[in-house]
Amino acid sequence: MASEAAELVFDEATKQYAGRPEPAVDQLSLTVPAGEICVLVGPSGGGKTTALKLVNRLIELSTGDIRIDGTSVKEQNVVQLRRGIGYVIQQVGLFPHMNVEANIGTVPRLYGRSKDWIHGRSQELLELVGLDASYAKRYPAQLSGGERQRVGLARALAADPPLMLMDEPFGAIDPIVRSRLQDEFLRLQTEVRKTVVFVTHDIDEAIKVGDRIAILREGGRLAQYDTPATILEHPADDFVAEFVGADRALKALALRTLDQLELRPLDGTEGAPRLACDTTVRDALALLVAEKRDALIVLDHGGDAVGTLTRDDLLR
Amino acid sequence: MTPALASGGGPVIPNFGQGSSCEIHNGWFCTDWVRAHWGDTLQPALVQHVELAAIAVAIGFVLASALAFAGFRFRLLDPPIGFFADFLYTIPSLALFQLLVPLTGLTVTTVEIALVSYTLLILYRNMIEGLRGVPPDALEAARGSGFTRLQTLVHVELPLALPAVIAGLRIATVSTISIATVAAFVIPEGLGRPIFVALEQEVFKTEILTAGGLAVLLALSADAVLVLAQRALTPWSRLERRA
Repeated sequence: MASEAAELVFDEATKQYAGRPEPAVDQLSLTVPAGEICVLVGPSGGGKTTALKLVNRLIELSTGDIRIDGTSVKEQNVVQLRRGIGYVIQQVGLFPHMNVEANIGTVPRLYGRSKDWIHGRSQELLELVGLDASYAKRYPAQLSGGERQRVGLARALAADPPLMLMDEPFGAIDPIVRSRLQDEFLRLQTEVRKTVVFVTHDIDEAIKVGDRIAILREGGRLAQYDTPATILEHPADDFVAEFVGADRALKALALRTLDQLELRPLDGTEGAPRLACDTTVRDALALLVAEKRDALIVLDHGGDAVGTLTRDDLLR
Repeated sequence: MTPALASGGGPVIPNFGQGSSCEIHNGWFCTDWVRAHWGDTLQPALVQHVELAAIAVAIGFVLASALAFAGFRFRLLDPPIGFFADFLYTIPSLALFQLLVPLTGLTVTTVEIALVSYTLLILYRNMIEGLRGVPPDALEAARGSGFTRLQTLVHVELPLALPAVIAGLRIATVSTISIATVAAFVIPEGLGRPIFVALEQEVFKTEILTAGGLAVLLALSADAVLVLAQRALTPWSRLERRA
């Protein structure tokens, strides 16, 4: 079982279904560096899920290639290939007849791991995805939607694959739990550092989760592939600008935190609102607007005031 | 055969020798007769009945499993197999015996062929429904996780089909136990045997009631055993239904 994150390369990957005028995925070329999250986003019909499934060959390429750490997926035994890739889907797909531990142990069992090993690993993973160890003996029917998706994530991570494919993993979960799962997924990613391909139709989720975003348009063509900040600040064309939304300038504010701005010295602003330095610029601005204030005090991680920012500073 | 109960109120005397007054008056349930004939009539009939039914359900299960795998794997085979099982099921059991006796004689084989025929439809249909009822997301997860076709069948499809399979087994078992009483038309075995004898002998009510009652009890017990087996084997299925 490998554990180092892998580099993933789409090389003119194309899927053309017989009898369809347009390809589902059209000469998609992009590189996901090892350990980064690449979000595939776009309108329905953009071929996001198709592109994802080309990687683990649930759908076979028509032309072009996809390479994981330099090895073409076409050259690998399909079963071995899939066991080496974590796979998370929207409907989760937990096995209803297996308890949580057995579900998590699915792929390690295929590798012939012992019961003890699987028990230990599932305890470890339950903690990693924020579930109590007592969940090991529960059945999927006894879990909430959010808990099921955590178990789905743990199952995908069980064999410590270098690459994870996530197909709208939080799509069926209510907004509050969804936002929390996104946060926890990002925290988890700082620990496990997998290469992740993440499909969503939600641009806000893409901006929040992605190190890079690939925007696909109808006919499976790549419209832009870049960091969230670049896509928001410099959309490649009208399609991308429209897709990311008229409020893209505001969305861009959510990508920066207060400690990335140049602070003014503390002087005579004692009564101003006090915010932690990892607050996003967007949240800080929202607070100033809501409280009708012109400036705020920035606190460091220890809670000490380190400087101030005006409303104009935030918008600069 | 004489009419069921002699009219005129006179006592009906079973023609098998000396009996108690309950027997002489053809009481509904003569405990002394049951006690006297448990060992030579009722118990052997019960054991034979269990054997007839168990063999039929076991063979039916094996055949239906083979057919179900074929019908599940190759969808084109499902309609003809289903039609064949349907057809067997619709033949009245007495007619089937008549058809089989010239071929296989007055033997256990004749009886078992008929009994097995009736289990096929129920078992086959339930197995197919069970296999097709596996949630598609579980299948996708299995495929995406690197299960082979066989591993998917063994570790995902079969266990998830089990509740439906056992439900079919319950119906097949209960109906086989019931139909097996008719086997006495062909061979002197099973709980149908004492019932036939009692009918020939001026309808001896105790014997009919006891043998019939044993068949009912046997069916209920077999059903209870299968329910317990289902709970033990698929602890998750009740949770699923509640969720």
